[in-house]
Amino acid sequence: MEYTEIITEAIGTLTVNKLRTGLATLGIVIGIGSVIALVSLGQAGQQAVESQIQSLGSNLLTVSPGSTSQGGIRSAAGGATTLTLADAEAISTSPQITTIEKVSPEYTSRTQVTTGRTNTNTQVIGVTPTYAEIRNITLASGNFISEQQVNSIAKVAVLGPTVVTNLFGEGANSPRFAGEAGPIGQTIRINGQTLTIIGITNSKGGTGFQNQDDIVWVPLSTAQKQLFGADHVTSIALEAKNPDVMVDAQNEVGYLLLARHKLSDPAQADFSIFSQQDILGAASQITGTFTALLSGIAAISLLVGGIGIMNIMLVTVTERTREIGLRKALGAKKKVIITQFLIESIILTFVGGVIGMVLGIGISFVASSFINLPFTLSSSSVLLAIGVSASIGILFGWYPAQKAANLQPIEALRYE
Amino acid sequence: MATIIQAKNLSKIYKTDVLETTALSDVSFEIKKGEFVAVMGPSGSGKSTLMHIIGALDTPTSGTYILDGEEVQKLIDDELSDIRNRKIGFIFQAFNLLPRTSALKNVMLPMIYAGIPKAERLERAKKYLEMVGLGDRMEHASNQLSGGQQQRVAIARALVMNPAILLADEPTGNIASAQAEEIMAIFQKINDEGHTIVMITHEAGIAEHAKRIIHIRDGKIIKDGNDHKQRKIRN
Repeated sequence: MEYTEIITEAIGTLTVNKLRTGLATLGIVIGIGSVIALVSLGQAGQQAVESQIQSLGSNLLTVSPGSTSQGGIRSAAGGATTLTLADAEAISTSPQITTIEKVSPEYTSRTQVTTGRTNTNTQVIGVTPTYAEIRNITLASGNFISEQQVNSIAKVAVLGPTVVTNLFGEGANSPRFAGEAGPIGQTIRINGQTLTIIGITNSKGGTGFQNQDDIVWVPLSTAQKQLFGADHVTSIALEAKNPDVMVDAQNEVGYLLLARHKLSDPAQADFSIFSQQDILGAASQITGTFTALLSGIAAISLLVGGIGIMNIMLVTVTERTREIGLRKALGAKKKVIITQFLIESIILTFVGGVIGMVLGIGISFVASSFINLPFTLSSSSVLLAIGVSASIGILFGWYPAQKAANLQPIEALRYE
Repeated sequence: MATIIQAKNLSKIYKTDVLETTALSDVSFEIKKGEFVAVMGPSGSGKSTLMHIIGALDTPTSGTYILDGEEVQKLIDDELSDIRNRKIGFIFQAFNLLPRTSALKNVMLPMIYAGIPKAERLERAKKYLEMVGLGDRMEHASNQLSGGQQQRVAIARALVMNPAILLADEPTGNIASAQAEEIMAIFQKINDEGHTIVMITHEAGIAEHAKRIIHIRDGKIIKDGNDHKQRKIRN
């Protein structure tokens, strides 16, 4: 008997028994679809968490002025004014520093920001252009603070989207508004000085520590000399060359600053270096947990989907034991019967697999847009889902078929 | 007349762990071409076992069984399938048609396994369906037919390979008596055309349609009547 004849017979059986075929296909669709949807959603969650952590800057060091001890009286941490722009320049130019890539001196203060009509209390940060690189700041429109603006003490400001909303109302961030120039070019007043808005940043979202969108950035020199009248910096952000040299970087910067501040005992340090080692640790823990969770979800859904497929195939094929007996009685050889059932299983799992894949991708797409996650689709999870489910479908289509084909036809015919 | 079935000292013993049951013991008989034989006996007499062996659905524990010149008892599974396909036309009590499948496709099934080309399959299936009086119901699905009609489809399916014997197991057991008579009329007609028929039954009224009745009890032939007078006269 030729293969084309067996295939025709298999297709004929599938089309004649529409309910059975439909149920078996449904089982496979649900099995494969749920695996793909769950794994894809899990990966979307993992990616969202990773990108949020990434946006904090994973190889970031922050030098803040520490407490000073004068005559046995220890002032509050961060209250010292010992950190200067010169310290920042020394870190970026000193030959002793080999592990630091970027240096961003910052002057941070909270103050009132006003336009003609509205005002808001927000954080004002004096920065250099390096800030945007270290903190992964991107602009929705306009430009960030330039080197030239820092040198010329320019009265310009870059606003976070929350500030824009607070000052110019809802919709000021919309593309249409932005297309009509929007707040750019308008002015704000800080501590009696008028500053021109030159840029609006993209939203970064709150990250738990602070709302990264509720900030006004100005040139460092402007903040120090025009707005707040200070010559120290409130912190220096450093970016290490890579996350592996964080400890070295911390030590190098620590010794340099101790020397510059003429301190011999590290216990006397009037500054502290906060590495984001903690965040890194938490991050790797979170992603580790996510990976484990994801593997769990994939394993369980594969198991559930697989059992569903196994059941439907076992039931539909076992139910046909009498039919197998009849076919044998009429002269079908074992191989012909097994081949026919194998072809039926392959067609079922293939059709069910394709529908399930489309359904799973669709569900994860809709669900991820509902719960505000990035839509991700890894080909490996799709391949895994289809590979495992198809082999289960084919195996459990083949197994009862070959068992029935090996029965004496008379036993198979009597099978209830 | 040529000998179609030659059974010599057939025995069948079923073994379980603790029990040995002798279903057939030392049965010998011959059936010649063109005969219409009924095998009769109460349930448990071994007539079903005999039918399975004659039908190459099962092999005897000992003895020889020659069907149309081929020694069946030595054959393996796939060879038995081949023998059944070419030499035996089955008619079962429960009809055993493929469900939801047209009469035509049911009749064509054995020819598919024999590798007969499609055009010839169609032609032969139509011819035999017309012969059993179902020319107008070829496209009906098996479950849309009455019991008698289903059994006629089964007869067409049994005849379509032009087998050496037609083997019927309680062919009228599941159908109404009026239709049973029609089935027996078809049996007698095809027997008159030269087909050899072996029919298993426990109903004396049905067995009377045959030309020869083999009575079996406790795994042994107790009476083998080759009596033409037993045959019911058709009107």
